[in-house]
Amino acid sequence: MQCPKCHAPMHTYNRNGVQIEQCSGCRGIFLDYGELEALTRLESQWTQAGPPAPPAAPQAYPAAPAWGAPQHGHYGHHGHHGHHKRGFGHMLFSS
Amino acid sequence: MGEAVSQTAAQLITALRRAQRDATAEVTVLADRPDGTVVRCGHVVAKAHPPGTDPAELAVRLGVAAHPRCAEILLPPVDGMGALPDGRQVTLWPYGEPVAPDAPDAAPWVGAGRLLARLHAVPIAELPGPLPAMRGPAKAARAIARLRAAALPDSVATRAVLRAWAGLPGWARGVDRTERTGRMDRMGRRDGNDGNDGNGGRDEGGDGDVTHTLCHGDLHLGQLIRHRATDWRLIDIDDLGLGDPAWDLARPAAWYAAGLLAAEDWERFLGAYRAAGGCAVGQRDPWPRLDVPARALTVQTAALALAKAAAAGRALDEAEEAMVAASVRIAHFMEAAG
Repeated sequence: MQCPKCHAPMHTYNRNGVQIEQCSGCRGIFLDYGELEALTRLESQWTQAGPPAPPAAPQAYPAAPAWGAPQHGHYGHHGHHGHHKRGFGHMLFSS
Repeated sequence: MGEAVSQTAAQLITALRRAQRDATAEVTVLADRPDGTVVRCGHVVAKAHPPGTDPAELAVRLGVAAHPRCAEILLPPVDGMGALPDGRQVTLWPYGEPVAPDAPDAAPWVGAGRLLARLHAVPIAELPGPLPAMRGPAKAARAIARLRAAALPDSVATRAVLRAWAGLPGWARGVDRTERTGRMDRMGRRDGNDGNDGNGGRDEGGDGDVTHTLCHGDLHLGQLIRHRATDWRLIDIDDLGLGDPAWDLARPAAWYAAGLLAAEDWERFLGAYRAAGGCAVGQRDPWPRLDVPARALTVQTAALALAKAAAAGRALDEAEEAMVAASVRIAHFMEAAG
Protein backbone atom coordinates (compact mmCIF):
# COMPACT_ATOMS: atom_id res chain seq x y z
CA MET A 1 0.00 0.00 0.00
CA GLN A 2 1.18 3.52 -0.81
CA CYS A 3 1.09 6.54 1.48
CA PRO A 4 -1.76 8.88 0.43
CA LYS A 5 0.38 11.88 1.38
CA CYS A 6 3.88 11.20 0.05
CA HIS A 7 3.33 7.96 -1.94
CA ALA A 8 6.15 6.05 -0.26
CA PRO A 9 5.39 2.39 0.55
CA MET A 10 3.61 1.73 3.83
CA HIS A 11 4.52 -1.11 6.16
CA THR A 12 2.21 -2.95 8.48
CA TYR A 13 3.06 -3.11 12.17
CA ASN A 14 1.30 -4.83 15.00
CA ARG A 15 0.82 -2.73 18.12
CA ASN A 16 -0.74 -4.69 20.96
CA GLY A 17 -2.70 -6.76 18.50
CA VAL A 18 -3.82 -3.77 16.41
CA GLN A 19 -2.54 -3.69 12.82
CA ILE A 20 -1.42 -0.24 11.75
CA GLU A 21 0.20 0.95 8.53
CA GLN A 22 3.13 3.30 8.78
CA CYS A 23 4.72 5.17 5.89
CA SER A 24 8.41 4.43 5.38
CA GLY A 25 8.86 7.96 4.04
CA CYS A 26 6.98 10.52 6.13
CA ARG A 27 6.24 8.15 9.08
CA GLY A 28 2.54 8.96 8.82
CA ILE A 29 0.19 6.32 10.20
CA PHE A 30 -2.92 4.95 8.52
CA LEU A 31 -5.62 3.41 10.66
CA ASP A 32 -8.42 1.24 9.34
CA TYR A 33 -12.00 1.58 10.58
CA GLY A 34 -12.12 0.78 14.28
CA GLU A 35 -8.37 0.70 14.79
CA LEU A 36 -8.20 4.10 16.47
CA GLU A 37 -10.93 2.98 18.85
CA ALA A 38 -9.03 -0.24 19.53
CA LEU A 39 -5.87 1.69 20.32
CA THR A 40 -7.77 4.16 22.52
CA ARG A 41 -9.37 1.26 24.37
CA LEU A 42 -5.96 -0.34 24.96
CA GLU A 43 -4.58 2.96 26.14
CA SER A 44 -7.37 3.50 28.66
CA GLN A 45 -6.93 -0.07 29.92
CA TRP A 46 -3.28 0.69 30.42
CA THR A 47 -3.88 3.92 32.34
CA GLN A 48 -6.67 2.35 34.43
CA ALA A 49 -4.49 -0.58 35.35
CA GLY A 50 -1.95 2.03 36.38
CA PRO A 51 1.71 1.06 36.17
CA PRO A 52 2.60 0.09 39.74
CA ALA A 53 5.65 2.43 39.57
CA PRO A 54 7.66 1.78 42.71
CA PRO A 55 8.20 5.08 44.53
CA ALA A 56 11.97 5.06 44.19
CA ALA A 57 12.96 3.28 41.00
CA PRO A 58 15.69 5.32 39.39
CA GLN A 59 17.09 2.27 37.60
CA ALA A 60 14.49 1.01 35.16
CA TYR A 61 14.94 -2.43 33.68
CA PRO A 62 17.11 -2.00 30.61
CA ALA A 63 15.32 -1.86 27.28
CA ALA A 64 14.89 -5.09 25.32
CA PRO A 65 13.62 -5.74 21.80
CA ALA A 66 10.04 -6.75 21.12
CA TRP A 67 11.20 -10.32 20.42
CA GLY A 68 13.06 -10.52 23.74
CA ALA A 69 12.49 -13.28 26.26
CA PRO A 70 9.20 -12.93 28.10
CA GLN A 71 10.78 -12.48 31.52
CA HIS A 72 12.07 -9.08 30.48
CA GLY A 73 10.38 -6.30 32.36
CA HIS A 74 9.88 -8.36 35.49
CA TYR A 75 11.80 -7.68 38.61
CA GLY A 76 13.16 -10.26 40.93
CA HIS A 77 14.50 -13.01 38.68
CA HIS A 78 17.90 -11.44 38.48
CA GLY A 79 20.36 -10.05 40.98
CA HIS A 80 21.59 -13.50 41.84
CA HIS A 81 24.64 -14.64 40.02
CA GLY A 82 25.66 -18.21 39.68
CA HIS A 83 22.67 -19.95 38.15
CA HIS A 84 23.16 -19.46 34.46
CA LYS A 85 21.26 -21.70 32.12
CA ARG A 86 23.10 -24.90 31.28
CA GLY A 87 25.42 -24.31 28.36
CA PHE A 88 25.61 -20.54 28.68
CA GLY A 89 29.09 -20.66 30.19
CA HIS A 90 30.27 -22.37 27.04
CA MET A 91 28.28 -20.13 24.70
CA LEU A 92 29.96 -17.05 26.20
CA PHE A 93 33.23 -18.24 24.72
CA SER A 94 32.20 -19.36 21.26
CA SER A 95 31.41 -17.70 17.94
CA MET B 1 49.85 -32.01 25.10
CA GLY B 2 47.12 -34.26 23.77
CA GLU B 3 47.96 -37.40 21.77
CA ALA B 4 45.62 -36.85 18.88
CA VAL B 5 46.22 -33.46 17.31
CA SER B 6 45.37 -32.48 13.77
CA GLN B 7 48.00 -32.39 11.06
CA THR B 8 47.74 -28.59 11.14
CA ALA B 9 48.49 -28.55 14.87
CA ALA B 10 51.46 -30.88 14.37
CA GLN B 11 52.86 -28.65 11.63
CA LEU B 12 52.26 -25.59 13.77
CA ILE B 13 54.13 -27.12 16.70
CA THR B 14 57.11 -27.87 14.47
CA ALA B 15 57.09 -24.33 13.09
CA LEU B 16 56.76 -22.81 16.55
CA ARG B 17 59.58 -24.91 17.98
CA ARG B 18 61.75 -23.78 15.12
CA ALA B 19 60.81 -20.14 15.67
CA GLN B 20 61.57 -20.45 19.38
CA ARG B 21 64.82 -22.23 18.56
CA ASP B 22 64.07 -24.72 21.29
CA ALA B 23 63.21 -28.27 20.35
CA THR B 24 62.41 -29.25 23.92
CA ALA B 25 60.16 -26.39 25.07
CA GLU B 26 56.78 -27.58 26.24
CA VAL B 27 53.98 -27.00 23.81
CA THR B 28 50.28 -26.70 24.63
CA VAL B 29 47.51 -26.97 22.07
CA LEU B 30 45.02 -24.25 23.06
CA ALA B 31 42.56 -24.81 20.22
CA ASP B 32 42.44 -27.32 17.39
CA ARG B 33 39.40 -26.71 15.19
CA PRO B 34 38.95 -26.63 11.44
CA ASP B 35 38.51 -22.86 11.64
CA GLY B 36 41.58 -22.16 13.71
CA THR B 37 44.41 -23.95 15.46
CA VAL B 38 46.26 -22.24 18.29
CA VAL B 39 49.42 -23.59 19.93
CA ARG B 40 51.37 -22.11 22.82
CA CYS B 41 55.07 -22.41 23.44
CA GLY B 42 56.25 -20.44 26.46
CA HIS B 43 55.48 -16.78 25.97
CA VAL B 44 54.52 -17.16 22.34
CA VAL B 45 51.31 -18.39 20.74
CA ALA B 46 51.03 -19.42 17.10
CA LYS B 47 47.75 -19.39 15.26
CA ALA B 48 47.01 -21.23 12.01
CA HIS B 49 44.25 -19.24 10.35
CA PRO B 50 41.30 -20.93 8.65
CA PRO B 51 41.92 -22.43 5.21
CA GLY B 52 41.06 -19.96 2.50
CA THR B 53 42.18 -16.93 4.52
CA ASP B 54 43.19 -14.20 2.06
CA PRO B 55 46.89 -13.49 2.77
CA ALA B 56 46.60 -9.86 1.65
CA GLU B 57 43.60 -9.19 3.88
CA LEU B 58 45.26 -10.95 6.80
CA ALA B 59 48.39 -8.82 6.28
CA VAL B 60 46.33 -5.64 6.52
CA ARG B 61 44.56 -6.90 9.63
CA LEU B 62 47.89 -7.82 11.16
CA GLY B 63 49.17 -4.33 10.35
CA VAL B 64 46.18 -2.86 12.17
CA ALA B 65 46.86 -4.99 15.25
CA ALA B 66 50.50 -3.84 15.19
CA HIS B 67 49.62 -0.18 14.66
CA PRO B 68 50.36 2.25 17.53
CA ARG B 69 46.79 3.60 17.26
CA CYS B 70 45.54 0.19 18.41
CA ALA B 71 48.28 -0.38 20.99
CA GLU B 72 46.05 -0.41 24.05
CA ILE B 73 43.12 -2.07 22.34
CA LEU B 74 44.29 -4.99 20.21
CA LEU B 75 47.01 -7.41 21.18
CA PRO B 76 49.98 -6.64 18.90
CA PRO B 77 51.55 -9.57 17.01
CA VAL B 78 55.04 -10.79 17.84
CA ASP B 79 56.19 -11.01 14.29
CA GLY B 80 55.14 -11.11 10.65
CA MET B 81 53.25 -13.88 8.93
CA GLY B 82 54.28 -17.31 7.84
CA ALA B 83 52.64 -20.29 6.22
CA LEU B 84 52.42 -24.00 6.99
CA PRO B 85 53.29 -26.68 4.42
CA ASP B 86 49.53 -27.13 3.91
CA GLY B 87 49.30 -23.48 2.89
CA ARG B 88 47.60 -22.17 5.99
CA GLN B 89 48.62 -18.71 7.17
CA VAL B 90 50.34 -18.50 10.53
CA THR B 91 50.71 -15.55 12.89
CA LEU B 92 52.58 -15.27 16.20
CA TRP B 93 51.32 -13.52 19.34
CA PRO B 94 52.39 -12.99 22.92
CA TYR B 95 50.67 -15.34 25.34
CA GLY B 96 48.08 -13.76 27.61
CA GLU B 97 45.78 -14.94 30.39
CA PRO B 98 42.26 -15.63 29.05
CA VAL B 99 38.98 -15.06 30.88
CA ALA B 100 38.50 -18.01 33.23
CA PRO B 101 36.02 -20.27 31.44
CA ASP B 102 34.67 -21.66 34.70
CA ALA B 103 33.96 -18.22 36.17
CA PRO B 104 31.77 -16.42 33.65
CA ASP B 105 30.33 -14.35 36.48
CA ALA B 106 33.72 -12.68 36.83
CA ALA B 107 33.64 -11.81 33.13
CA PRO B 108 35.20 -8.43 32.30
CA TRP B 109 32.08 -6.82 30.85
CA VAL B 110 33.31 -3.34 31.73
CA GLY B 111 36.68 -3.98 30.12
CA ALA B 112 35.00 -5.38 27.02
CA GLY B 113 32.74 -2.34 26.68
CA ARG B 114 35.65 0.04 27.07
CA LEU B 115 37.83 -1.79 24.56
CA LEU B 116 35.10 -1.76 21.95
CA ALA B 117 34.45 1.97 22.46
CA ARG B 118 38.13 2.66 21.90
CA LEU B 119 38.32 0.32 18.92
CA HIS B 120 35.35 2.07 17.31
CA ALA B 121 37.07 5.44 17.79
CA VAL B 122 40.28 4.50 15.98
CA PRO B 123 40.82 6.93 13.07
CA ILE B 124 40.84 4.58 10.13
CA ALA B 125 42.57 7.02 7.79
CA GLU B 126 45.75 6.47 9.80
CA LEU B 127 45.62 2.67 9.56
CA PRO B 128 47.13 0.49 6.87
CA GLY B 129 44.79 -0.32 4.04
CA PRO B 130 42.78 -1.17 2.17
CA LEU B 131 40.86 -2.30 5.22
CA PRO B 132 38.64 -5.29 4.41
CA ALA B 133 35.03 -5.46 5.53
CA MET B 134 34.22 -6.72 9.00
CA ARG B 135 33.21 -10.35 8.55
CA GLY B 136 30.36 -10.63 11.05
CA PRO B 137 27.58 -10.86 8.45
CA ALA B 138 29.64 -13.30 6.35
CA LYS B 139 30.01 -15.58 9.37
CA ALA B 140 26.30 -15.44 10.06
CA ALA B 141 25.71 -16.46 6.44
CA ARG B 142 28.13 -19.36 6.87
CA ALA B 143 26.24 -20.59 9.93
CA ILE B 144 23.01 -20.62 7.93
CA ALA B 145 24.75 -22.45 5.08
CA ARG B 146 25.93 -25.03 7.59
CA LEU B 147 22.41 -25.50 8.93
CA ARG B 148 21.08 -25.90 5.38
CA ALA B 149 23.84 -28.38 4.53
CA ALA B 150 22.94 -30.43 7.62
CA ALA B 151 19.56 -31.06 5.94
CA LEU B 152 17.79 -31.64 9.25
CA PRO B 153 14.25 -32.95 9.22
CA ASP B 154 11.71 -30.15 9.06
CA SER B 155 10.96 -28.73 12.51
CA VAL B 156 9.55 -25.60 14.15
CA ALA B 157 13.10 -24.66 15.15
CA THR B 158 14.80 -24.91 11.74
CA ARG B 159 11.85 -23.30 9.98
CA ALA B 160 11.86 -20.36 12.42
CA VAL B 161 15.63 -19.90 12.13
CA LEU B 162 15.50 -19.82 8.33
CA ARG B 163 12.50 -17.51 8.33
CA ALA B 164 14.08 -15.13 10.83
CA TRP B 165 17.21 -15.14 8.66
CA ALA B 166 15.23 -14.36 5.50
CA GLY B 167 13.70 -11.35 7.26
CA LEU B 168 17.05 -9.65 7.77
CA PRO B 169 18.21 -6.90 5.43
CA GLY B 170 20.83 -7.90 2.88
CA TRP B 171 23.77 -6.19 4.57
CA ALA B 172 23.23 -8.26 7.72
CA ARG B 173 23.18 -11.45 5.63
CA GLY B 174 26.48 -10.52 4.02
CA VAL B 175 24.97 -10.18 0.55
CA ASP B 176 24.99 -6.43 0.08
CA ARG B 177 27.46 -4.19 1.78
CA THR B 178 26.30 -1.01 0.09
CA GLU B 179 22.69 -1.11 1.20
CA ARG B 180 23.52 -0.30 4.82
CA THR B 181 21.83 2.48 6.78
CA GLY B 182 19.31 3.44 4.13
CA ARG B 183 16.47 2.87 6.48
CA MET B 184 16.38 1.32 9.88
CA ASP B 185 14.34 -1.76 10.37
CA ARG B 186 11.88 -0.79 13.03
CA MET B 187 10.60 -4.15 14.09
CA GLY B 188 12.46 -4.29 17.36
CA ARG B 189 10.95 -1.12 18.69
CA ARG B 190 9.34 -1.40 22.00
CA ASP B 191 7.46 1.84 21.63
CA GLY B 192 5.75 3.15 18.57
CA ASN B 193 7.52 6.44 18.12
CA ASP B 194 10.71 7.27 16.38
CA GLY B 195 12.70 7.45 19.58
CA ASN B 196 15.19 9.82 18.03
CA ASP B 197 17.97 9.55 20.51
CA GLY B 198 20.50 11.95 19.20
CA ASN B 199 22.10 9.80 16.57
CA GLY B 200 18.87 9.30 14.69
CA GLY B 201 19.98 11.77 12.07
CA ARG B 202 22.89 9.56 11.24
CA ASP B 203 20.71 6.48 11.28
CA GLU B 204 18.44 7.86 8.66
CA GLY B 205 21.02 9.70 6.65
CA GLY B 206 22.32 6.70 4.80
CA ASP B 207 25.68 8.40 4.38
CA GLY B 208 27.49 5.22 5.33
CA ASP B 209 29.20 6.75 8.36
CA VAL B 210 28.64 3.68 10.45
CA THR B 211 30.15 1.37 7.88
CA HIS B 212 33.43 3.22 8.15
CA THR B 213 34.18 2.15 11.67
CA LEU B 214 36.84 -0.32 12.70
CA CYS B 215 35.05 -3.32 14.17
CA HIS B 216 36.21 -6.56 15.77
CA GLY B 217 33.55 -8.63 14.09
CA ASP B 218 33.37 -11.61 16.45
CA LEU B 219 33.21 -10.49 20.05
CA HIS B 220 32.80 -13.04 22.80
CA LEU B 221 34.56 -13.68 26.09
CA GLY B 222 37.17 -15.88 24.42
CA GLN B 223 38.39 -12.79 22.55
CA LEU B 224 39.71 -11.03 25.65
CA ILE B 225 43.07 -11.71 27.21
CA ARG B 226 45.20 -10.05 29.83
CA HIS B 227 48.70 -9.51 28.59
CA ARG B 228 51.35 -9.34 31.34
CA ALA B 229 48.62 -8.97 33.96
CA THR B 230 47.83 -5.50 32.67
CA ASP B 231 44.58 -4.40 31.09
CA TRP B 232 42.47 -6.50 28.81
CA ARG B 233 43.18 -6.65 25.11
CA LEU B 234 41.13 -7.93 22.19
CA ILE B 235 42.50 -10.85 20.21
CA ASP B 236 41.55 -12.68 16.99
CA ILE B 237 41.76 -10.37 13.99
CA ASP B 238 40.26 -12.80 11.47
CA ASP B 239 36.98 -10.89 11.26
CA LEU B 240 38.31 -7.39 11.94
CA GLY B 241 37.42 -4.70 9.44
CA LEU B 242 35.11 -1.89 8.47
CA GLY B 243 31.48 -2.24 9.35
CA ASP B 244 28.62 -1.29 11.62
CA PRO B 245 29.99 -1.02 15.17
CA ALA B 246 26.63 -2.14 16.57
CA TRP B 247 27.62 -5.63 15.39
CA ASP B 248 30.29 -5.77 18.11
CA LEU B 249 27.69 -5.10 20.81
CA ALA B 250 25.12 -7.38 19.30
CA ARG B 251 26.24 -10.75 20.64
CA PRO B 252 25.90 -9.71 24.32
CA ALA B 253 22.72 -7.90 23.24
CA ALA B 254 21.37 -11.12 21.73
CA TRP B 255 22.24 -13.06 24.90
CA TYR B 256 20.48 -10.44 26.99
CA ALA B 257 17.42 -10.43 24.73
CA ALA B 258 17.25 -14.22 24.92
CA GLY B 259 17.18 -14.02 28.72
CA LEU B 260 20.64 -15.57 29.14
CA LEU B 261 22.76 -12.60 30.11
CA ALA B 262 21.77 -10.94 33.39
CA ALA B 263 20.45 -7.40 33.10
CA GLU B 264 23.25 -6.11 35.35
CA ASP B 265 25.94 -7.60 33.12
CA TRP B 266 24.32 -6.15 30.01
CA GLU B 267 24.07 -2.75 31.68
CA ARG B 268 27.67 -2.85 32.84
CA PHE B 269 28.85 -3.70 29.34
CA LEU B 270 26.68 -1.11 27.58
CA GLY B 271 27.29 1.51 30.29
CA ALA B 272 31.07 1.10 30.03
CA TYR B 273 30.84 1.32 26.25
CA ARG B 274 28.86 4.54 26.41
CA ALA B 275 30.97 6.04 29.21
CA ALA B 276 34.07 5.48 27.08
CA GLY B 277 32.46 7.40 24.22
CA GLY B 278 31.31 4.43 22.14
CA CYS B 279 29.60 5.55 18.94
CA ALA B 280 27.48 2.53 17.98
CA VAL B 281 24.32 3.38 19.92
CA GLY B 282 22.88 6.60 21.31
CA GLN B 283 22.40 7.44 24.95
CA ARG B 284 18.78 6.33 25.08
CA ASP B 285 17.16 3.17 23.71
CA PRO B 286 20.01 1.27 22.01
CA TRP B 287 17.69 -1.19 20.26
CA PRO B 288 16.95 0.76 17.11
CA ARG B 289 20.63 0.24 16.28
CA LEU B 290 21.06 -3.17 17.88
CA ASP B 291 17.94 -4.86 16.56
CA VAL B 292 19.18 -6.08 13.17
CA PRO B 293 22.66 -7.28 14.24
CA ALA B 294 21.24 -8.86 17.41
CA ARG B 295 18.67 -10.73 15.34
CA ALA B 296 21.43 -11.87 12.97
CA LEU B 297 23.59 -13.15 15.82
CA THR B 298 20.63 -14.82 17.50
CA VAL B 299 19.86 -16.67 14.29
CA GLN B 300 23.55 -17.46 13.72
CA THR B 301 23.91 -18.95 17.20
CA ALA B 302 20.68 -20.93 16.88
CA ALA B 303 21.68 -22.26 13.43
CA LEU B 304 25.07 -23.44 14.67
CA ALA B 305 23.51 -24.98 17.76
CA LEU B 306 21.01 -26.96 15.68
CA ALA B 307 23.69 -28.12 13.22
CA LYS B 308 26.22 -29.04 15.92
CA ALA B 309 23.70 -30.82 18.13
CA ALA B 310 22.44 -32.85 15.17
CA ALA B 311 25.98 -33.75 14.11
CA ALA B 312 26.78 -34.89 17.64
CA GLY B 313 23.46 -36.69 18.02
CA ARG B 314 22.64 -34.76 21.18
CA ALA B 315 19.81 -32.54 22.36
CA LEU B 316 20.17 -28.77 22.65
CA ASP B 317 21.34 -27.49 26.01
CA GLU B 318 19.33 -24.83 27.86
CA ALA B 319 21.30 -21.89 26.46
CA GLU B 320 20.93 -23.19 22.91
CA GLU B 321 17.22 -23.72 23.49
CA ALA B 322 16.95 -20.09 24.59
CA MET B 323 18.56 -18.89 21.35
CA VAL B 324 16.25 -21.07 19.27
CA ALA B 325 13.25 -19.77 21.25
CA ALA B 326 14.40 -16.20 20.51
CA SER B 327 14.58 -17.08 16.80
CA VAL B 328 11.03 -18.42 16.95
CA ARG B 329 9.86 -15.14 18.51
CA ILE B 330 11.71 -13.16 15.82
CA ALA B 331 9.95 -15.17 13.12
CA HIS B 332 6.58 -14.59 14.85
CA PHE B 333 7.18 -10.86 15.08
CA MET B 334 8.12 -10.72 11.43
CA GLU B 335 4.83 -12.32 10.52
CA ALA B 336 2.96 -9.91 12.78
CA ALA B 337 4.79 -6.96 11.26
CA GLY B 338 4.12 -8.18 7.72
